[in-house]
Amino acid sequence: MSQENRIKGGLIDREKSFNFTFNGEVLQGYDGDTLASALLANNKHLVGRSFKYHRPRGILTAGSQEPNAIMEIGTGAYKDPNTRATITRLYDGLEANSQNHRGPLKFDFMAINDFLSTFLTAGFYYKTFMWPKSFWERFYEPVIRNSAGLGRISMLEDPDTYDKGFRYCDILIIGAGATGISAALVAAESGAKVILADEDFLMGGRLNTEHNEIDNIKGNEWAKQMIAKLATMKNVTLMSDTTVFGIYDHGIYGAIENRYLEARNNNKPRQVNWRIYAKRAILCTGATERPIAFANNDRPGIMLSGAVRTYVNRFAVAPGKRVSIYTNNDEGWRTAKDLTDKGVNVVAIVDSRDIEPVLPIDAEIFVGTDVVNTKSRMAISAIKLSNGKTIQTDNLAVSGGWNPNLHLTCHHGGSPIWNQYLATFVPGNSKTPAGLFVAGRANGTMDICDAIIEGHKTGLNVSKELGFKDVNLKPASTDSKPYNITARWSVDSGKDRAWVDFQNDVTVKDIILANKEGFNSVEHVKRYTTLGMATDQGKTSSVLGVGIIAENLSKSIDDTGTTVFRPPYSPVAIGAFAGRRRGKEFSPTRFTPTHSWADEQNAIFVEVGMWYRSQWFPKKGETFWRDSVDREVIQTRKSVGICDVTTLGKIDLKGEDVSEFLNKIYVNAFAKLPVGKTRYGLMLREDGMAMDDGTTARLSENHFVMTTTTANAVNVYRHMQFCHQCLWPDLDVHMISVTEQYAQYAVAGPNSRKLLQKVVDPEFNISNEAFPFMGAGEITVCNGIPARLFRISFSGELAYEVAVQTRYGDSFMRALMQAGEEFDVIPYGTEALGVMRIEKGHAAGPELNGQTSAYDLGMGGLVSGKKDFIGYTLGLREDLQKSDRMQMVGFKPVDKNALLNKDHSLAGAHLISLDGSPTTEDDEGWISSSVYSPTLGHYIGLGFIKNGLKRKGEIVKAVDLARDSEVEVKICSPHFFDPEGKRLYV
Amino acid sequence: MIINHPLLGPRDSEEFVYLGSAELINRPDWQNETAPEDFHNYQYIRENIAGENRELWYHEQGDQSWLVVTRNTLTHEISKVELATEVAKKMGRTK
Repeated sequence: MSQENRIKGGLIDREKSFNFTFNGEVLQGYDGDTLASALLANNKHLVGRSFKYHRPRGILTAGSQEPNAIMEIGTGAYKDPNTRATITRLYDGLEANSQNHRGPLKFDFMAINDFLSTFLTAGFYYKTFMWPKSFWERFYEPVIRNSAGLGRISMLEDPDTYDKGFRYCDILIIGAGATGISAALVAAESGAKVILADEDFLMGGRLNTEHNEIDNIKGNEWAKQMIAKLATMKNVTLMSDTTVFGIYDHGIYGAIENRYLEARNNNKPRQVNWRIYAKRAILCTGATERPIAFANNDRPGIMLSGAVRTYVNRFAVAPGKRVSIYTNNDEGWRTAKDLTDKGVNVVAIVDSRDIEPVLPIDAEIFVGTDVVNTKSRMAISAIKLSNGKTIQTDNLAVSGGWNPNLHLTCHHGGSPIWNQYLATFVPGNSKTPAGLFVAGRANGTMDICDAIIEGHKTGLNVSKELGFKDVNLKPASTDSKPYNITARWSVDSGKDRAWVDFQNDVTVKDIILANKEGFNSVEHVKRYTTLGMATDQGKTSSVLGVGIIAENLSKSIDDTGTTVFRPPYSPVAIGAFAGRRRGKEFSPTRFTPTHSWADEQNAIFVEVGMWYRSQWFPKKGETFWRDSVDREVIQTRKSVGICDVTTLGKIDLKGEDVSEFLNKIYVNAFAKLPVGKTRYGLMLREDGMAMDDGTTARLSENHFVMTTTTANAVNVYRHMQFCHQCLWPDLDVHMISVTEQYAQYAVAGPNSRKLLQKVVDPEFNISNEAFPFMGAGEITVCNGIPARLFRISFSGELAYEVAVQTRYGDSFMRALMQAGEEFDVIPYGTEALGVMRIEKGHAAGPELNGQTSAYDLGMGGLVSGKKDFIGYTLGLREDLQKSDRMQMVGFKPVDKNALLNKDHSLAGAHLISLDGSPTTEDDEGWISSSVYSPTLGHYIGLGFIKNGLKRKGEIVKAVDLARDSEVEVKICSPHFFDPEGKRLYV
Repeated sequence: MIINHPLLGPRDSEEFVYLGSAELINRPDWQNETAPEDFHNYQYIRENIAGENRELWYHEQGDQSWLVVTRNTLTHEISKVELATEVAKKMGRTK
């Protein structure tokens, strides 16, 4: 029969019927249902298996605290494991599958664990799998891995999208129940900018699940009207389906909004990770009910008493046909009343307190009595009482009392304090997040009448404190509902087990065992037994566990304490933290102005930092990367080649003291750099190690432009700002990064000048005499386009770098290529650039590795001894001057044909003397950069070796153990090609 | 965290880059007789303060100001935010 447990009333839309499946069976529910309420409506009590013992389990709660009813929702890539059925809003076509069982849900093969429970107690890992030692890898670990874990992920990429959002308000109100709505009404009226967030898709909190009269109308109706009123106010933002999961410093709140219903249909984000900036926040999150630990208290059909009220009142579902109640507080009686009001048969009320009946209920009443055991594995059929009686029942509603949802008050290290009258913890006073106030049940104010007043007052006070206008509003009126409780944690379970943590299968016996073995601190018991460590983070179990520990050790609960609550309050998908930053969008992608031109030339791109750079440009018939790279090098050295060097960092400096400033950050002298000249400069860190190198040109008396390496552009600029603002603030220096404002191209090769003369406007003389090596100047190209020209060379050829504003970058590259046609100009990529710089012995990234000084790099001669600069003093330290330090030199194979038939260079090889062995003791250095030199016809390398500068001519072994390769190499000058630099000056 | 920038008002700490103690402003004089030791202390020796600390933060995603932020390392409370340039000048750093 369809929806056999559905009764009348409820806040569901019976006009909108949905089909959904559970383990393949097609069932019906209504709009407004959760998956859990729809399952109960269809009399599905058995919904999953427990983690360790594979016990049959049913729905325990009606909220985000659910430990049992966690399922796989959806199929294929959309499959989402460990989803709580109690907060999953039902939609048409929802596919749910129970998890954590092998074989069908009713005949789980792994349930054997339940009968082996004696061997699976707390700490069984540490005790059971110790010997024989060899069994761990071969047997124990594979078996444990196979049975561990809850749910299965799809192993496919998550097809949903996630996003991040930012919101700002004066007052954030967390929780839209009676208290939160009361606070929001006054705060909104005062003119403050208010955000009201609630984790439920229907705002109203327990007003939707209880019988209350508020301002003379039904509680749920009042909530609906007030929310509608708030929705019309411009200064109010309502965020339903939104869980505030963490409080961070200075009023920053993390919140996750679930939108999967509309998202799937509209291609919108499934979840949004909100960062809310709030001047103040009011925590109105209510309370969570806890169970009582008695033998076999985990059977399907045993639910928390407040959840039973939720299913009956909000979802119009009868939890059973013969319901019994077990309680230690007044609220169990209200459950009985709501059930009988709806015509559901209540057979017994069992109250552990010896009291007069709280309400007149037509059922068997047992006071001063406990439930000591339950019957039937797949669904409860009877309860056994401490007075020996057995009562036939198909649903047991349990209430062990209510715990304030104070988690967020602890996110800055605060601890809750024990309140013996409420038999629970309430928010503490120290280390609570600044700007956070607590009201209502979250604050231990249990009576709804007091909670509404407290919410109202807190809203008023906070608004006034922020300077908003005083509001003449009265709090809503309702009847007082006193809450009386006498703590009842556990009932002796004899030979049977009584559950504390349902999701992680922790029983009272486990806690007692942990205590016996000396684990007395709550934090130790938690980790030893895994109490409260499941996906529900102990929302129903942690306070209960503390109560049991205290009882067992005969300590006060004050002395026992609680575990620490940390964000997130409830699970957040990792995808939501990533937001849109996935795959290609993980970080920004930077393209140079020649990107589309290079793409037309079939360039192969390489990611350098965030940049895309052309690595080489394959021509027809070239099948191997070296074909292209070798050709690019040869053609550049023979005629002319062009390389996009836009990605180099560019810093524009102006001011009267720039040359003095450069003197302080470069090792070499810059004070006397003439206008129209550029100079190579090496920067050190303060510890004397090389940081970066580049060139700086003086365009006019007080105007300089610097280049840095691509990789260090950001760090160098940051460092220079530090040097100026923090060390020499009075220097007249103004700087700005112009990396993205200029496109810059290297034009290199014997024909580079001839090519440039065709594009540089004729009034600028760039002959060798008028524009010599290391010249720099502002010119125009292509009939008046402003440009900067630098005669600098990384390739060792006659070469220039020419910069134009970025917007001209693409057309200028095309103009250069066209002008170069008569010289057979070619574009070259970063590989050819690298080959040519190694042929010339220029240090780059692999050499500037943070461990090398100016002296190590062979640039000791550059270092000025006449001035202070960053790195000067510490660079002079004795150990940095020692001759046996690793120094940069060149290496070439003794047999020039060595490596030619192998597919690798010397890169990564370590250097060992001829009579040494490839061990750490004999290791004398390493090759840092190595390529095949098409110019020389053999492999070459740059590297570091002890005392290298004085060992030129010596032969050593380059040993590469990873490639099983050993080559004899000769130590030489790093300047392999044109060592005198004659080609630069032609 | 939120850093109250003296020029730009409250900004999320995500916009900033952290460097370390504001003591880094106190760069020693290279011509002092004790310069090697001074620079060693300047570069490597740091107080590990549990409590109020003066730190250098750089507003990289903003106006590129270096700031001296007085922050309690135990509570993250920020009690003062100053422009590093001004602090440096007050400490006698000039050219």
